[in-house]
Amino acid sequence: MATETQAADAAHGASAPGMPQLDFSNWGHQIFWLLVTLVVIYFVLSRIALPRIAAVLAERQGTITNDIAAAEDLKAKAVEAEEAYNKALADARAEAQRIIAEAKAEIQADLDAATAKADAEIAAKTAESEKRISEIRAGAMQSVEEVARDTAAEIVAAMGGKADAKTVAAAVAERMKG
Amino acid sequence: MATEAHGSEEGGLVFHPMDQFIVKPLFGDGPVSFFTITNVTLWMAVAIVAVVVLMVLGTSRRAVIPSRTQSVAELAYGFIYKMVEDVAGKDAVGFFPYIMTLFMFIVFANFLGLIPMSFTTTSHFAVTVVLALLVFVTVTIVGFVKNGAKFLGLFWVSSAPLALRPILAVIELISYFVRPVSHSIRLAGNVMAGHAVIKVFAGFAAIAVVSPVSVVAITAMYGLEVLVAFIQAYVFTILTCVYLKDALHPSH
Repeated sequence: MATETQAADAAHGASAPGMPQLDFSNWGHQIFWLLVTLVVIYFVLSRIALPRIAAVLAERQGTITNDIAAAEDLKAKAVEAEEAYNKALADARAEAQRIIAEAKAEIQADLDAATAKADAEIAAKTAESEKRISEIRAGAMQSVEEVARDTAAEIVAAMGGKADAKTVAAAVAERMKG
Repeated sequence: MATEAHGSEEGGLVFHPMDQFIVKPLFGDGPVSFFTITNVTLWMAVAIVAVVVLMVLGTSRRAVIPSRTQSVAELAYGFIYKMVEDVAGKDAVGFFPYIMTLFMFIVFANFLGLIPMSFTTTSHFAVTVVLALLVFVTVTIVGFVKNGAKFLGLFWVSSAPLALRPILAVIELISYFVRPVSHSIRLAGNVMAGHAVIKVFAGFAAIAVVSPVSVVAITAMYGLEVLVAFIQAYVFTILTCVYLKDALHPSH
């Protein structure tokens, strides 16, 4: 390294302690290789690297856009599904309500019919009973009148009077009314 | 390296911070002609290889979900593409491969130059002057092709008072022609200065007492140089975009 440097120093002579940058003897050399380098880098970049990176970036942008679109699609589908679910739920509720109402009405009708039947039976039975009661009552009244007539006739006979059957009957009827 | 060799030979503190910039043939010891294979050739070739590895091999799988290398390549692409679009305008994207070439070459040359024992091609005015002149010539030609004589409106500040305009035109004209000078010296100067300073600190490391300080200083300078390597590539590229904007839209 050192010998090389010294050789270079020797070659450059007086300019060695100064700036190698101002040694114009090698500018042509540097400019030549610089231009070669720039041309190579330019072609590598403009022909291969830059279009490729641009394509990758565009592709990524496309992928992201597509993914976002797909996500939005799925979201819409989810909303749709939820709506369908809610609709089905509401339908089922309405159906249930309808069935309940129907059943209620049916039961009510049955109940009404049964009640009416029972009422009619009760009424019939009541009427029959009342008839019997009035019969019995009538029977009882008749017996009471008979007993009272007989008793009154006997009493009158026992008192020594002559009991006229017609008069006794009238008197008993009179008293029975009172 | 060379500095230490000199130092030990001459038994004192002798700094040769500029020796690292000497262009020397890799094979033999003859004069440097156009086609001689020198360290310049070698490190430019390494830059090409690095660009190919990152931008071509790194993206060879064209993965939608990128690998690390592909991410870096895409990052570089997006970084420069956005810069061209934002600074120079949408109609400048045709120049994107050209600007990308400049950026990739400079950034790799700068970073490869930070490898110890390497040669920094961008520390040479021969290189940066050509880069800057390429930009200058391109911008000037594009300006005249796209706008014709209206491109001269760049130098005629229509918003200034009429009396001042000729003076401003002279100033604008000078500043326009100074562009390639500042453009090239900024890059080479920054790179060269940093490397030279590191070499000077390395020279001090020969003294045992100061060597720890020297090592710390070299480390700090190296960190700064890593930053400078990127920033100078960025600055060169963004200034190219600014100049290109002037050429495409010359109105003030």
